[in-house]
Amino acid sequence: MNNTGRKTAPEATPDGHSGFATLSGNRALMVEEPLIFEQDSPGTSGVDLPEPPTAALRLGAVAPRGRIGLPGLSEPTVVRHYTRLSQKNYAIDTGLYPLGSCTMKHNPRLNEKLARLPGLADIHPLQPVKTVQGALALIDELAGWLKALTGMPAVAMSPGAGAHGEFCGMLTIRAALAARGESRPRVLVPESAHGTNPASAAACGFIVDPIPANSEGRVDVAALLARLGPDVAAIMLTNPNTCGLFERDIITIADAVHQAGAYFYCDGANFNAIVGRVRPADLGIDAMHINLHKTFSTPHGGGGPGAGPVVLSAALAPYLPLPHVVHDGAGLRLVEHRSDTGATGVELGRMKGFHGQMGMFIRALAYILSHGADGLRQVANDAVLNANYLLASLGDVMTGSFPGPCMHEALFDDRFLKDTGITTIDFAKAMIDEGYHPMTMYFPLVVHGALLFEPTETESRQSLDQLITVLRGLVARAQAGDVGFFADAPRLTPRRRLDETAAARKPVLRWVPPVAD
Amino acid sequence: MRYLPLTEADRRHMLDRIGVASVDELFRDVPAAARLAGPIAGLPSHQGELEVERHIAALAARNVAAGSVPSFLGAGAYRHHVPATVDHLIQRGEFLTSYTPYQPEITQGTLQYLFEFQTQVALITGMEVANASLYDGATACAEAVMMANRVTRRSRAVLSGGVHPHYREVVDTDAHYVGFDVVIADPDPNGTEDLEALIDDRTSCVVVQNPSVFGQLKDLSALAAACHAKGALLVVVVTEVVSLGLVTPPGEMGADIVVGEGQGLGNGLTFGGPYLGLFATRDRFVRQMPGRLCGQTVDADGRRGFVLTLSTREQHIRREKATSNICTNSGLCALAFSIHLSLLGETGFTDLARLNHAKAIMLAERLAAVPGITVLNGAFFNEITIHLPRPAAAIVDVLADRGILAGVPVSRLYPDRPDLAELLLVAVTETTSDGDVAALVAGLEEVIR
Repeated sequence: MNNTGRKTAPEATPDGHSGFATLSGNRALMVEEPLIFEQDSPGTSGVDLPEPPTAALRLGAVAPRGRIGLPGLSEPTVVRHYTRLSQKNYAIDTGLYPLGSCTMKHNPRLNEKLARLPGLADIHPLQPVKTVQGALALIDELAGWLKALTGMPAVAMSPGAGAHGEFCGMLTIRAALAARGESRPRVLVPESAHGTNPASAAACGFIVDPIPANSEGRVDVAALLARLGPDVAAIMLTNPNTCGLFERDIITIADAVHQAGAYFYCDGANFNAIVGRVRPADLGIDAMHINLHKTFSTPHGGGGPGAGPVVLSAALAPYLPLPHVVHDGAGLRLVEHRSDTGATGVELGRMKGFHGQMGMFIRALAYILSHGADGLRQVANDAVLNANYLLASLGDVMTGSFPGPCMHEALFDDRFLKDTGITTIDFAKAMIDEGYHPMTMYFPLVVHGALLFEPTETESRQSLDQLITVLRGLVARAQAGDVGFFADAPRLTPRRRLDETAAARKPVLRWVPPVAD
Repeated sequence: MRYLPLTEADRRHMLDRIGVASVDELFRDVPAAARLAGPIAGLPSHQGELEVERHIAALAARNVAAGSVPSFLGAGAYRHHVPATVDHLIQRGEFLTSYTPYQPEITQGTLQYLFEFQTQVALITGMEVANASLYDGATACAEAVMMANRVTRRSRAVLSGGVHPHYREVVDTDAHYVGFDVVIADPDPNGTEDLEALIDDRTSCVVVQNPSVFGQLKDLSALAAACHAKGALLVVVVTEVVSLGLVTPPGEMGADIVVGEGQGLGNGLTFGGPYLGLFATRDRFVRQMPGRLCGQTVDADGRRGFVLTLSTREQHIRREKATSNICTNSGLCALAFSIHLSLLGETGFTDLARLNHAKAIMLAERLAAVPGITVLNGAFFNEITIHLPRPAAAIVDVLADRGILAGVPVSRLYPDRPDLAELLLVAVTETTSDGDVAALVAGLEEVIR
């Protein structure tokens, strides 16, 4: 039973580990928690407000609404509810989170503190510009770092996350082509790309043509070059790529793309591997988004918010979306409209309400200032070192997909599980019982049963050694043929494997009150 | 470097195991021409916590915090009181530093609050189903138009002149490059436009904001019927989510899609972001929705649990055929919203909305009594448009120097419309004191005299 006296499980479930069933379904620190709607205490509120006046309303023809159906909860109930929910989550604060492509690194708390300074957290986006000069200076300073770190002359700060940045970058390409009087319909995207790449290109109205990978896990340059032509607007390439490898031929590719009159979009999701060591401008890139929630450590927050500024080459810089910050005499100004002084008249237009993810800008700038140019270079060094350490320490028992060195991610495929009857996902679920969040699975699509590890630079050697020991032990257990052990995993989690098929077949996407008996 | 745990001895040991002499060898696939020999020149080196804090605090000190002065700014971002509990809970590391819940066995915390959030959004909008959030209200509005285009297989959206110009501009950017038509009605400060005449059999949707950017509140039932008669959808935008505690929700007026800005609950102003895009619709359209959805299911032991579901709509499965390219959304902002609404509950939320409305009535009455000022709104929630005898931007500028943030001049949003330059948007919330209103009234009286 829980604190509202409701039974939370169909019946007391034996703990897979001990075989011991509790009366409540709770297991010590792991407490069953009903939905807020199931804890309704009508009339209760966790906020004390003055009695609203009973004066006449001025709603015109609109009637005041009737009962909404929100539950009433006291503050202690709310605090306990969300605290208990939090205890059912894995997080970077509680353990190594080796999700490839996601850059789950430590989130410094200084950044949280600074993002809450009233002079930054409590300013309205439409205050007179003279009352927010510090905010504009902060955006400008971060923009300066992003330009210096990438070698690019311009940056669009407003995109809300990586995919939104891709969309923005691809729109600048459309705008640049339109200015040239061309409408090239096709965008080339490697098979190994993140799903957002083809989705963003398609959202901009482009036709997406896949480009195959070669046997070394890199883009098939011959196939790419053969496909270039006057119908191609751009290529979208991730570098380092999703196999964790640097595209050695990237400058050749960039030259060929430019020769063909197309643009080069780079997915910057893996910028952590090269920050401070390689400037994308030196690779011939025209546009690249930077996930501030990856490389620059703004917290992922269970799925967001992020921020996806896009650096642009000189060829694309004129098409920067609105708004942007410009220097104006001694001060800074926001160019919010095409008619504003400072606007070139060919801007993309607006991508998002207001001026971008300011809360993320504050955190990212604090992170960047803390590291400095020297520390950021060390970030890339240690991220790449940690991934290669995993590759070298597991290569004899797991099957690395491609010869090293890798960049900041180590990719394995499932050949080491061949003939065991155990799949990549079973292996991952067994890792969960051992206290680890699994790596990215079944991505990239170019290898079979992919296991993509990104340890990041904020893991210590001891932490990596513990993971290596666990993974080697699990491999031995798998190769010994203990299928049942893997098929039943995880056993020790708040919930065991969930029926995703049932969830999709008959979707239940909101709580509804139970029908009275 | 305080965030980097590896010691020099660790690095040496690890390089030995890898079998290379230096970390530079690990970067050998980078073309030599693109390898930087050392830290990028001209940039500062690492700094301690104290130095970074001093630097950023100095930037913060150059801004006027809205809460430090009488402030009447709204126009899509509202300064409500956020209970201390909200910020405490969202800073728990298990929420703050978790990823998207792709492994449901170890992210039931995130998944359960998303399920609760979806239910709360559906309830307050009067709709059947809501997603797990989008970036903000403006991008949610553009997603709604594109969803309406898919549902109706038409490609012509009609936008009311009461839709926030930022929202209209985001839709317009998409329309221009993605390729659909938008009919944009003239700015409608008086709330008198007739949209029904603009609907034809090519119209995919009519987008209307309630209350409008000018604060005008309307019953939309007739417009909904007119849309449906022509096979178009009605998209209703709500930029002040607290209004849903008082007024008939869009779902009860016949809306097919409701999008909104959820910032007003749980989330601070933060100069415009990160905010929270709300997206709700009818069950029959669920497979055309953009963004993540959390659904209820059971685990291997038959216990209730939650998972991300219907992901065959999404980019990581469908790639170029996805309903949207969105991946990262506004998860933590959704949590803040959900905690704030949980704390308020039914009585708190409705009382909060009534307080806001009562303050706005008081403000409207006080301003209407000032010679030279006309209040344009008959019906409103917590924001009104006033007409001043001179351009509003200059008046706002003078008052800012006197420590009053008087509101948003309409010219900030419509710089190309001199006929609207004398209009000022003025918003109040429960945080507005009687003294604040008195200061504004006295300031305006003095400046326009």
